[in-house]
Parts: sequence; C-alpha cells; structure tokens
Amino acid sequence: MEDALTTALLLLDATIRVATPLVLAALAGLYSERAGVVDIGLEGKMLTGAFFAAAAAYVTGDPWLGLLAGMAGGLALALVHGFACVTHGGNQVVSGMAINILAIGLAPTLAFAWFAQGGQTPMLPGSARLPQIPMPGVEALGGIPVLGPVYRELVDDTNLLVWAALAAVPVTHWVLFRSRFGLRLRAVGESPAAVDTAGLSVAGLRYKALVISGLLTGMAGAYLSIAHGAGFVRDMTAGKGYLALAALIFGKWRPWPTLFACLLFAFTDALQVRLQGVPLPWIGVIPVQFIQMLPYLLTVLLLAGFVGRAVAPKASGVPYVKER
Amino acid sequence: MAGGGTGVPGAVPGWVDHALLPLLNLLAAFTLSVAVILAIGENPLDVLGLMVQEALGYPEAIGYTLYYATNYVFTGLAVAVAFHCGLFNIGGEGQATIGGLGAGLVGLALTGWPWPLAAAAAILASALFGAAWAWIPGWLQARRGSHIVITTIMFNFIAASLMTYLMVDVLIRPGQQAPESREFDPGVWLPSMEQGLGWFGIAVPPSPLNLSFLWALACCVLVYLFLWRTRWGYELRTVGRNERAAVYAGIRPARVMIVAMLISGALAGFVGVNEILGVQHRLMLNVVGGAGFVGIAVALMGRNHPVGILLAALLFGVLAQGGAQVAFEYPSVNRELVMVIQGLVILFAGALENLFRPRVEALFRRRRAAVSTIQGRG
Repeated sequence: MEDALTTALLLLDATIRVATPLVLAALAGLYSERAGVVDIGLEGKMLTGAFFAAAAAYVTGDPWLGLLAGMAGGLALALVHGFACVTHGGNQVVSGMAINILAIGLAPTLAFAWFAQGGQTPMLPGSARLPQIPMPGVEALGGIPVLGPVYRELVDDTNLLVWAALAAVPVTHWVLFRSRFGLRLRAVGESPAAVDTAGLSVAGLRYKALVISGLLTGMAGAYLSIAHGAGFVRDMTAGKGYLALAALIFGKWRPWPTLFACLLFAFTDALQVRLQGVPLPWIGVIPVQFIQMLPYLLTVLLLAGFVGRAVAPKASGVPYVKER
Repeated sequence: MAGGGTGVPGAVPGWVDHALLPLLNLLAAFTLSVAVILAIGENPLDVLGLMVQEALGYPEAIGYTLYYATNYVFTGLAVAVAFHCGLFNIGGEGQATIGGLGAGLVGLALTGWPWPLAAAAAILASALFGAAWAWIPGWLQARRGSHIVITTIMFNFIAASLMTYLMVDVLIRPGQQAPESREFDPGVWLPSMEQGLGWFGIAVPPSPLNLSFLWALACCVLVYLFLWRTRWGYELRTVGRNERAAVYAGIRPARVMIVAMLISGALAGFVGVNEILGVQHRLMLNVVGGAGFVGIAVALMGRNHPVGILLAALLFGVLAQGGAQVAFEYPSVNRELVMVIQGLVILFAGALENLFRPRVEALFRRRRAAVSTIQGRG
C-alpha cells in the first residue's frame, strides 16, 4: 500500500513537471488562435525563451532577470509573427514554421558563440534558478497517512512557475469568457469583419493576443531552462511546442479541457518512463515508442471526428484584409 | 490558402513577379543573416565567401552540394504539388522517413538482383510508402475536414516513433548497439555519380552524389508535365485556386486533394532512395535530417515551379554543404547557423512575401501611368 502510494505520487509529480511548460505553451497558443492567428511557432518561441532565460540568468546570476529575458525572447518572435501575419497578411503557417526553424538555429548559434560550450549555456548555480516554494506545516501534516505524503511530495517545494501555470488556467478562462477583452478576442477569431464594423482594431486585438502568447511561451521556455533544468541545452524543447499545440486542439481551444489534455499527455509521458521494459499482465511489454506516439494519435483521431469533434475558431489562419 | 501573392495578376511584369521580388526577399533574408554573423563576432564576407567556396569551389564540394540538393528537389516538389492543390503538406519529414523505410526494405529483400531492377523497385516502394503516409492526412482533410497542417505535423511525430520502434526492436542487425539494419548487398546499391560518370570515362572525385540526382531532375520534368500538361494537373490547380468553381466544372475536389497528397507523399518518399539506397546502404534513424522542412523553403523560394525549385534546391544545397564546412573552420560558428539562414529565407520568401510587393507594384503602376500619359499626348 505504502509502495503503491509512493509510486503514484512519483508518477503524479513527474506528470506535473512535464505538464507545466505544456500548459503555459498551450494557453499561449489558445490566446493567439482564439484571436484568429494560427500559432505553430510555439516550439520556436519556447526554445528561444529557454535560451534567453538561461543566458540572462547565468550572466546576471538573477533568475528573475532570466525569466524576464526569456519572456522577452518569446515576445520578440511573437512580434515577428505579428509583423508577418497581421501587418503584412502573410501565411500564418509559413511564418510559424519560419519561426521554429529560425529558433532551432539561432539559440544554439548564439549559445555557441557566447559561451563556447558546444551550443549550450553553462550549468546554472542554484541561486540563479527560479525558487521552489516551501509550504508551511509539512511537519505537522507529515504524520497523517495519505494526506501527509501527498502534501509533501506534490504541494511542498513546488516551483513558482508550476503555480503560475496552474493559476493561468482560471485566469485565462475568466479573461476569455468573462472580460470585455476576451469577448473581443473571441470575436476577432470568429468574425473579424464584425469586430471591424464595431469600430475596433482587428490588428490591435491580434497583436495583443500575440503579445500574451509570446510572454507565456517565453515563460514556458524559462521553466525548462531555469526552473526544471539548470541551463539551456540544444533542442531542449524536443517537440513540446508541438505537443502543446496538440493539447490545445485536444482541449478544443478551451482553457480547462486544454489543462486536462496537457495533464493527460504529461501523464502518458511519465508513464512511459515507468513502463520501459516492464511487462504488463496479458499485454506484455509495450514498446515505449507506441506510448510516445499516443498523444499525436489521439489528436489525429479527435481531428478526424472519431472521438468528439474539434472545431477551430472560424477565422483562424485567414489574414484579415480590410477593403473588399 | 497558400502560395501565390495577394497582388492583382498582371499588376507587374512577369520578370518582376518571378525574379525581382524573390531576389529582393532573398536579399532581405541575407542582410539579416549578415547581421547574425556580425553578432557572433565573425566577418560576414569571409564566412559567406568560405561557404560558397566550400560548396562550389572544387569538384568534390560540388558533389556534396548536389547530393543535398537532390533531397531538397524531392521535398520541394512534394510541397509544391500539394500547394498547387491548396494544401499545406508539412509532413514531408515523416513521408520521407517512411519512404526511406520502403526503399530500405527493398534493399534488404532484393539481395542478388541487378541494381537497375533494385533501383526501380526501390523507387516504387519509397513512392508507395511515402504516398501511403500522406494518404491518411489527405483523406482526413478531404473527407473529414481535419486540418492538414496539424495532421501532417502529428504524422511526422508518429513516423519518427514508428521508425524508432522498427529500428530498435525489429530491423536492427542482431548483436549490435546502434539501431541500424545490416548493410545491403553491394550489388543493389545505387551507383554513385563517380561510378556512373566513370562508365563514360569521366573522372570525378568520390562524394555521396549518386544516380538519384538524375531521378530528381526527371521528377522536375514529370511534375511540370503533370501539373501544366495533363487534365489531372489542371483539375489539381483548379481545386487549389477555387474549390467551389472546381465543383461547378465537374471536378470532385475531395478526390483531387487525395491524389495531390499521394503524389506529394511519393515525391517526399524519394528522399529515401537517395539516402538509403544511394548513400547509407542500410536502414537507420534520422536520415531525412530536416530535408522535409527545407522543402517548404525550397518550394516558397522556387514559387512552386519545378525550375524555381531546382534553383532554390541548389541554393539550399550550397547552404547545407558550405555551412557544414564553415562550422569546421570557424571556432565560433556551428552547423546551426545554416538553420538561421533557412529560417530567415522562409520568413522573407514565404510569410513576408508581401513586404516589398505593394511598393514595387505602386512603382510600376506609376511608371505605366506616366507612359500612357506620354503616349496619349503623342
């Protein structure tokens, strides 16, 4: 019993750690796509955020400056996306792709030139990483059976950005469905012409969404390099941006279901690490790769309408041209 | 949804549309690349000069450049065929991986066959495998409305996982650590260009360049003939231009879309012939190495026309080969610098293709107006 609990807690702990950057990036995509701008550049913005966060944290020794630099990195690429797609009406998928490839090249190129350590930043000392927040009463609760270990493993000493990601979900829900800005944001993703007729700036709203998207992806990247990890390494996002995109679609462009999708995908990831080479009853050993492809497979099935139906915001992917 | 500018047709002469504007975009991309090279503390002229020298300066380098270009022609054509049908196939990477699997299985199975037959079989197999991998997203888009950009991205990851599983657990040569199959029988290897030209008494230094380069050239011609000289190609382009008009013309868009994706996937699959049968001579992981994504840049740069694609593929071949060599020579430059340039080219040639267009068009409108005024007076 005690053993099963420990295993479950370790699994959940790993799930939360993997899910945090996914949640931040998926919400970033949510703002952007709800405003009608397709965002397949999540991966690149995350990677850039991770690099600049680690570089700034290493140089200044201050994790907060690192976080800011990471968010600025994400923001910069988001503005490039906006310049291409909103200002010049360029193809959003092409622009996202360009951002991804640019980031995969730029981050290690700059790291290589600045730190001369083969495309990564030096290891960060503990003081240059974002702090984990100790919770009161761990000792007091420690004696209680189930609750004590759960509190100790999952709640105590959790990184700040984990809480930030968790808080971002209800905030996003509120912004999107309860605030005036959110109403306009959704409108501009469904029917930009109507928003324009109402005298609001389509481009302005889309830029605002992209700014939020850039900041959140930068934060997601910073989590990887200065909170969860201790420095930037080459290709450290390893497809997490695309996984976040899949989670966003799996969550049907809604905050809470997207959180659920992120947790599900993160759980399969944590499970896959645990299941490596372990035979299951009746089934035998499942090759790791099949568990790895599960999130992508599920997303395709959902998109195909075999399990539920995912309908994108109507105007997403379509540049808005004022005069017709 | 993709390809083509928003400009009014005929607003500018053809040479502006097909040469001047792409060159302006390329120039902008290279200007920013120069800025990046300056930022990492190197002399851009030296770096770019060395890049060109190491890519085109001597026969062996040219061999390497053309070998890279071969892959890019295949993936560039793959993206272009889908583009013409209004589909954005980002799945070239996965289709090429699975196409390579097809070519590799042929290589493993056909021990003892003469190479021309093996090559024909491998071309067929890689086309079938690549097409099959593109068929699912194509079918899902055409029949179920699933967004092809997302499904092809997902299929890239599924292909990578599947291939890893096959290499690690199934096709690996027993008794070794590296996830690679056994080497094919040398008889079925696709002859290198060195061998091929050797038959005609022309001596070239050894390089990975092999006869699949000729197949790439043939594919350029075939794609041109298909798109602009057959009814099927006409239907494909009509669907890409205006799906509703296509329906009224008696075309069934869903079917045409699936066919476009089949052809696109087959073309991407040919990367496997070049890499597996021509160079590696065994099945292994990561042979595609981003060629599927470079194909997007190549198609955009080449304006989705085979001639343009060939030229753009050569340009990216120069970048790939020259960039690898520059990374050797300069301590502060690494291989990824090439990806920076690629990314910038995609950005300027693709997403920002309208950056200069309005200004250039306005320029020509003004000139035309001036000319007609003068003629009116005369």
